[in-house]
Amino acid sequence: MGINRRDFMKTVGLAGATLTFGKSVGSPQQDETTELYGMLYDSTLCIGCQNCEFSCAGEHGLDDPTDAPELGVVRKADTDHRTVVNLYETSQGEAYIKSQCMHCNQAACVTACLTQALHKTKTGPVVWREGKCMGCRYCMLSCPFDSPKFEYNKTNPKIVKCTMCAERQKEGKEPACVEGCPMGAITFGKRSDLIKEARKRIHDDPDFYYDHIYGEHEAGGTGWMYIAGVPMNELGFKTDIQKKSYPSLTKGFIGSIAPVDILLPGVLLGIYAATKSIREEGEES
Amino acid sequence: MKQNADTLYLDSRNNSVWSFILQEMKPKGKIFTPFNIISIPIILVGLYIIFIRFTQGLGAVNNLTQEVPWGLWKGFNVVTGVAFAGGAYVLAFLVYILNMKRFKPILRVTILNGFLAYVFYSIALIIDLGRPLDIINIIIGNNYGVSSVMFLVGWHFLLYMLAMLIEFSPAIAEWLNLKKAHRVLSSLTLAAVVFGITLSVLHQSGLGALFLMAKDKIHPLWYNSYLPLMFVVSSVFAGIALVILEGSISRKVFTGQYPDDDKESHNLILKSLAKISAGAMFLYLFMTIIIFVHEQNAVYLSSKLGAWYLLEVLGFVMVPLILYCYSCTKYNRTVVTVAAVLTLIGIMLNRMNISIIAFRWDAAVPYIPAWQEFVVTVAIILIEIWVFRWVVRRMPVIRKSPEWAKNNH
Repeated sequence: MGINRRDFMKTVGLAGATLTFGKSVGSPQQDETTELYGMLYDSTLCIGCQNCEFSCAGEHGLDDPTDAPELGVVRKADTDHRTVVNLYETSQGEAYIKSQCMHCNQAACVTACLTQALHKTKTGPVVWREGKCMGCRYCMLSCPFDSPKFEYNKTNPKIVKCTMCAERQKEGKEPACVEGCPMGAITFGKRSDLIKEARKRIHDDPDFYYDHIYGEHEAGGTGWMYIAGVPMNELGFKTDIQKKSYPSLTKGFIGSIAPVDILLPGVLLGIYAATKSIREEGEES
Repeated sequence: MKQNADTLYLDSRNNSVWSFILQEMKPKGKIFTPFNIISIPIILVGLYIIFIRFTQGLGAVNNLTQEVPWGLWKGFNVVTGVAFAGGAYVLAFLVYILNMKRFKPILRVTILNGFLAYVFYSIALIIDLGRPLDIINIIIGNNYGVSSVMFLVGWHFLLYMLAMLIEFSPAIAEWLNLKKAHRVLSSLTLAAVVFGITLSVLHQSGLGALFLMAKDKIHPLWYNSYLPLMFVVSSVFAGIALVILEGSISRKVFTGQYPDDDKESHNLILKSLAKISAGAMFLYLFMTIIIFVHEQNAVYLSSKLGAWYLLEVLGFVMVPLILYCYSCTKYNRTVVTVAAVLTLIGIMLNRMNISIIAFRWDAAVPYIPAWQEFVVTVAIILIEIWVFRWVVRRMPVIRKSPEWAKNNH
């Protein structure tokens, strides 16, 4: 059991350096100077025509939807349908609601991803990058909205979700669903402008709208934001979502790793040195 | 002079080492034992299911849903199994850091057990990965997701496997009669132990931290922001419980391996382990109660899951704690073993509750594992036991080291 002090310090230093590598980077954060883009969906304008679903399928080469929004049926996005429209009976009558990935400002899935396959682009969309993902599905476990979907029945499966048409955005075009919507229920633009627009609509017609912009603060702020005539829990959305970002839940743990990695070996060596004298006396039990 | 002699010795034996290893590959002991007859078919079916998984996709053999993405393979083999393997770092701490020599006879077998558990649970994890080849991304470093808890767990897990291999390597050197290698490998032990413990504390707690972002998905009775701390404390007594259970089974299976003075020293070991377990479990129960009161969880107790929670905490934490305490004052081998088994069931319940049962307990389509998932889970554990038995029958794991190797410790 002999080991000299120099070797030991070498190992301590090496392991400390390896394990603390990059820890200070923390959760991905937006550059203050770039403005995030987002989407504003107005439920009161939606007529449930599913044009957004069809144009999404056309844009991404997916299957066209085969079912229509129906009362009492909750349709869910899946690997072939990145967005779905549902119909709910609310306190203000029937209302449609569209759902898809929310594109959180500080996304749980992006923080969870250990290969950076899920990536928050500078302008707002959260995208999945093939060739990096190892298929652990930790993004699905972490996402508060259950947005990422996994192709369980493929041998080389992908994580599928709304990309906010990041490629179209690069070309200067609006996302496909915005273009496809005949009612103007979906607006694409700078997130800060969208919040102003939403406030204006609520302000101009306070009796018609429920006074809340869902996504302004939920989960630390999301790219997709919603306004409707009723509270969002009547439309199948979770309203107990925390206002802080989800990555903030693991920040404390991530931050404690480096100190433990560095300090604990020293403590252990100290205890080892302290009990060494017992060994030299040749203890029995 | 001595150095030269050693080198020569190694060189001259190089050829015979390989033929020796070949010879050792052959089975020792009876082939048609009840264990073999039961385990071989399960392993074969398990391997076939794994083949189907790789040719037809994960969905062909499991019942995972878009809401419940982690099932039995992660929840049991990884999250539960790693806690069970905690004995390796706890015993290394007791023997090497606290210098409690009395645990030395069971140290090697525990480290072997821990190492094999990690190897096989990594295999389970890789089978569960959708795109297993891309696991290389977290190792070669072109895509480090450093803000991910799983990234840190993965790396600490990997490095700890290496540390355990180093801790165990002197036994391999003794088996192959490699004296010089033995000296070098033994000299690495303390460093491996110190880092092994550090890595263990972090990845055991990291497993709990994995679930921190699933705040709205885990039933409030099980979710709390102290999950990392709870996981690391419970890994202490989970690991010890498995050491106790493994010891009592190994004593029946590998009768010839135990030295003559074993019985006496073993009773002393069990007594001390019971005491340490009782301490860790008391701390855990105390923390559980504080969290329960602090989070005002009493409102959930009247539900079905509330009763399930009480069963876990009272039946499989408090009862074994009482049994351990009882055997501290009035030692009884059976009581300690029963307490260990109850503890293991409790840990299994706790980890499965967090990762599967109370995870999306409100989902419209609940996840119930497919039979294929159960078979693969069991098959992986059975293969691990086969390898464990193979090693114990050949290397000085339970039996004493050869005379020449003793001075190195």
